[in-house]
Amino acid sequence: MSERDQEVNLRHRLSGLSRLPLLRGARVAGEAERLERQLERLTADASDEVIWRSVELARHPERPYTLDYVARIVTDWVELHGDRGRADDGALVTGLGKLDGRTIALVGHQKGRDVKERLDRQFGMAYPEGYYKAVRIMEIAERFGFPLISLVDTPGAYPGVAAEQHGQGGAIARAQAAMSRLTVPTIACIIGEGGSGGAVAIAVSDRVLMQENAIYSVITPEGCAAILWRDAGEAKKAAAAFKPDALHCLDLGVIDGVVAEPDGGAQRNHDAAARLLQAALVESLEELEDTPGEELRRRRRAKFRGMGVFA
Amino acid sequence: MSEPRIDVQVEHRHAPPPANEKHPNTCPKCGSHYRDDELSAALWVCGHCGHHFPMRARARIDWYADEGTFVEESAAVRSDDPLDFFDLRPYAERLAEAELNTGLGEAIVTGQAVIDGQAVELAVMDFTFMGGSMGSAVGEKFSRACDSAVERGVPLVSVTSSGGARMQEGILSLMQLPKTVCAVEDLHDARLPMITVMAHPTTAGVLASFASLGDVTIGEPGALIAFTGPRVVQQTTREKLPEDFGLAEQNLRFGHLDAIVPRSEQREYITRVLRLFR
Repeated sequence: MSERDQEVNLRHRLSGLSRLPLLRGARVAGEAERLERQLERLTADASDEVIWRSVELARHPERPYTLDYVARIVTDWVELHGDRGRADDGALVTGLGKLDGRTIALVGHQKGRDVKERLDRQFGMAYPEGYYKAVRIMEIAERFGFPLISLVDTPGAYPGVAAEQHGQGGAIARAQAAMSRLTVPTIACIIGEGGSGGAVAIAVSDRVLMQENAIYSVITPEGCAAILWRDAGEAKKAAAAFKPDALHCLDLGVIDGVVAEPDGGAQRNHDAAARLLQAALVESLEELEDTPGEELRRRRRAKFRGMGVFA
Repeated sequence: MSEPRIDVQVEHRHAPPPANEKHPNTCPKCGSHYRDDELSAALWVCGHCGHHFPMRARARIDWYADEGTFVEESAAVRSDDPLDFFDLRPYAERLAEAELNTGLGEAIVTGQAVIDGQAVELAVMDFTFMGGSMGSAVGEKFSRACDSAVERGVPLVSVTSSGGARMQEGILSLMQLPKTVCAVEDLHDARLPMITVMAHPTTAGVLASFASLGDVTIGEPGALIAFTGPRVVQQTTREKLPEDFGLAEQNLRFGHLDAIVPRSEQREYITRVLRLFR
């Protein structure tokens, strides 16, 4: 075994282990468990600095994007373009390819690397047309029994005049609805920014994973700070308050597992990050593959309908 | 010459509202002013210009439901504070204040009702409770309303009015999007319809989840119905906004609503649609 493979193996085992000891906060109702949870959080809480570091790494300009991973872990890739209605949205790519020998359907947000590509892809912020394209690939997956892999990396859905006129809210709602109806295995991984509705639109999956330096949140730290602190400069405080990092998402029962990254973050070594992601995706696929489709759908809906903490 | 005026404002225990802030019973469109009982009798619609004032959840339920038929459900569900969230004030304090000010446990009221002789489940949002924002408790109450409709085999009538997901619950508030979507899908699997009335404002996380999944969807005149509101669109894109940007009228034109129905005609419209699905 090469040194690289050993590292992959070790980190993978670590990420598996990190799933076990954490309480699934969202499924705990009793007062005793609640206190225990709070106590645990007080003692083991990630500091504000650690959370902010996740925010910075998740947005790192050299972080691997969807197509960087596709190039490394998907073979025979065929990108499919267009929503068959109005446009082809570059902020959200879809296609078919092979992962570990089986055909999969893939949907993922795509940011741009240089200025021109960033503009072309709207910084990874999709229009409704992007979500309609995603629904199209979901239908293909369902029809032919291909597992659906989602790679999530967006600051949020595009906030523009045309996007509103074309029905941004409805498009996001219908993409989630389409995912909740699938009877094929579905896996999502947040690989950078999991920004709000634009992210969850393609992440209503049987297994939702998150890379260790990714963030998943209801609003950007800047947006939250602008509204609640009335000052976008308080983004650090806002992030510390709403805790978008992977460990807190795991703790709250929002995600099912954390995928390790190379030391210092995925931007340091795209190849190693891709190997770790591939191992996690394949493992999740193997866990799901023997479950009948109707059962997958039933469990998926039950999982999401169980989310939340209330009194 | 006029007499010198004495500024007595410092003596007021409660300073009068600033001059630019209109009284809630003053029509923002035409300036007509009404007493509470006048507005209530007119279903909170301006008799002069037709402006639709916000309507409280209980008032709307009284308007839609046959007298004495509403049976509230999930009334005890309350928000928790899973993140111990603290911005300028603690979330727990904001919740307590909202409950005190609105007399509601959460931003949505759900329950069984009969509309013109037809049994339905009602889920009505109230914007006065923390801007109608959707946290875990709102998601849970809506989700249970779907289950209640399925158990009794009746349609769901939902009324939305919300600023979006409740930031104070962090990622859990985002998870209420797929949660409520899955609940509507379970309702649809039981072949039961959802009729949605979008009131001002229906925005962000609520528009991007259950609100948009109605089989028949109507908007109130002048309601803002947008994933991203005009102010944020302006700030982030610097685009020039069309005059009716995000309003119900624009949404109708672009194909996102089945109709715009004035409040006084909604009960009749809902009744007519319910009969078709029976």
